[in-house]
Amino acid sequence: MNEFLQFLGEPIAQRSLWACAVIGFANGFVSALVVLRRSSLQIGTISCALLPGIALAILLFGLMQLSILIGAVIAGLVVGLGSLFISRTGKADHDTALSILHTTAFALGYIILIRLGLQQKVDDWLFGNIMSMGNTDLWIAWSIGSAAVLSITILMRPLLIYLFDARAAAAMGIPTRALSYGIFALIILVLVSSLQAVGAFLTLGLMVAPGATMYLLTDRATHMFWGGGIIGAAGSVLAFFLSYPLGWHLGATIIVVLGSLFILAWIFSPKYGILCRKR
Amino acid sequence: MVTGHDHICWGGGHHHHGGHMLAVQHLCARYGDVEALSDISFSAACGHTLALIGPNGAGKSTLLNALAGLIPPSHGDILWNGSPLHNTRREIAYMPQRTEVDWCFPITVRELVEMGRYPNTGLWKNVSHHDRDIVDKALVTLDLKDLQHRQIGALSGGQQQRAFLARALAQEAHILLLDEPFTGLDVPGTESLAELLRSLSAEGRLVIASHHDLGTAPRIFDHSLLLNRRTIAYGVTAEVLSPEHLYTAFGKRNITALP
Repeated sequence: MNEFLQFLGEPIAQRSLWACAVIGFANGFVSALVVLRRSSLQIGTISCALLPGIALAILLFGLMQLSILIGAVIAGLVVGLGSLFISRTGKADHDTALSILHTTAFALGYIILIRLGLQQKVDDWLFGNIMSMGNTDLWIAWSIGSAAVLSITILMRPLLIYLFDARAAAAMGIPTRALSYGIFALIILVLVSSLQAVGAFLTLGLMVAPGATMYLLTDRATHMFWGGGIIGAAGSVLAFFLSYPLGWHLGATIIVVLGSLFILAWIFSPKYGILCRKR
Repeated sequence: MVTGHDHICWGGGHHHHGGHMLAVQHLCARYGDVEALSDISFSAACGHTLALIGPNGAGKSTLLNALAGLIPPSHGDILWNGSPLHNTRREIAYMPQRTEVDWCFPITVRELVEMGRYPNTGLWKNVSHHDRDIVDKALVTLDLKDLQHRQIGALSGGQQQRAFLARALAQEAHILLLDEPFTGLDVPGTESLAELLRSLSAEGRLVIASHHDLGTAPRIFDHSLLLNRRTIAYGVTAEVLSPEHLYTAFGKRNITALP
């Protein structure tokens, strides 16, 4: 216990704790969007597709924070929009195109990272390493998180109309196409900012589980956003305190905690839990 | 039968002769190389219920989408009182088909109806007393006041239809566009929705709906547009659905409009 308290006094521990709270909240907040749009799997494939962007950025510019960020964003956009383009112009449907593009991108990224001699790093990109986050990383995560929360809050009214009833939204004059691209860009940015913490594989859980948990607990869409943020942050912080004494990997612990919360809601939710289902 | 001349226009405060007029002129729409609608022209005054009738693939949904501004026409104009309809977006309320709605979406009846106020409040404006009154009135009119805090999935089919109509009322829209509103309703449900649509039009709205049931059309809609990519007949429903017209539209004998 003493050892743990001593560890908490270290700057690296405090940075990690802050990172857990900030990234957990931002992802949890945005997860409502992913759940309401029913695009979880799509986001999952895109998060894995970020890898080659990172690898290429390292190849071209070295291990620099900003270039990695930009590389990841570009890779996400290329795979996301590219799959859309392929499905619209060819015979294959969107899921097929997305599956092929993202695995190909992932494989390419893996080859490049191995060729660069970054084997040890690969684990960090796949599963995250919060302890390696520096002050700059924390700032980037904080800025992206605040931008996401702020823009969603401002656009909440038209956003909910669009998510619920896209055609009525368009008929009312809401720019639905701009909104859908905006949502896509926002999700990629938040994904990238959490990549260091939980990695390309696990980030999907962070970006779906909190919103999905709230989905089982509430009938109000706005509660899904704020509640998702709180669940994401609280779950991640809880995972931080669990992972050290248990000696578990922090990123993986976050996902396990959030996954467990979802299962608990699935069983015990007062309205929609399987134990208390009215309908 | 209420006509364009003798109704009290619910929009209020407008001076107009013969009702507000929707005029569709030489409308064409295409999907890629396929011409979905060709040279559709008609005009309809507020205070009417208008059915869009035709076989599958005739362009009913396309026409509805074009009226709602969801797809751009490749040619032609849609005018509302002489100016382009889509300059006055709040005049149009669109109601989706029931199968297209996500009934699990975490939203209450009241929140759904409040969505109708968006064209008036926009991003920033607070929801005022005035807005709240309008939402309340829409809920009362459609007998949903007691259900206002229910999640929309916990309503019956007829109540769900009414909730969407309440949103259109809250929007204070003049034109109601409904995509196959009678699909999946039982006989009493059909009767009460028909009654509702008639009373909404009697208050000066223009109700336009795609409809596939020839048997019920004459009882529900005073006017009909029979189409199969082009206009086949337009006018009073009973006259539009004559055997010759139906043969032209459907290409089959023995189709009648009588129940």
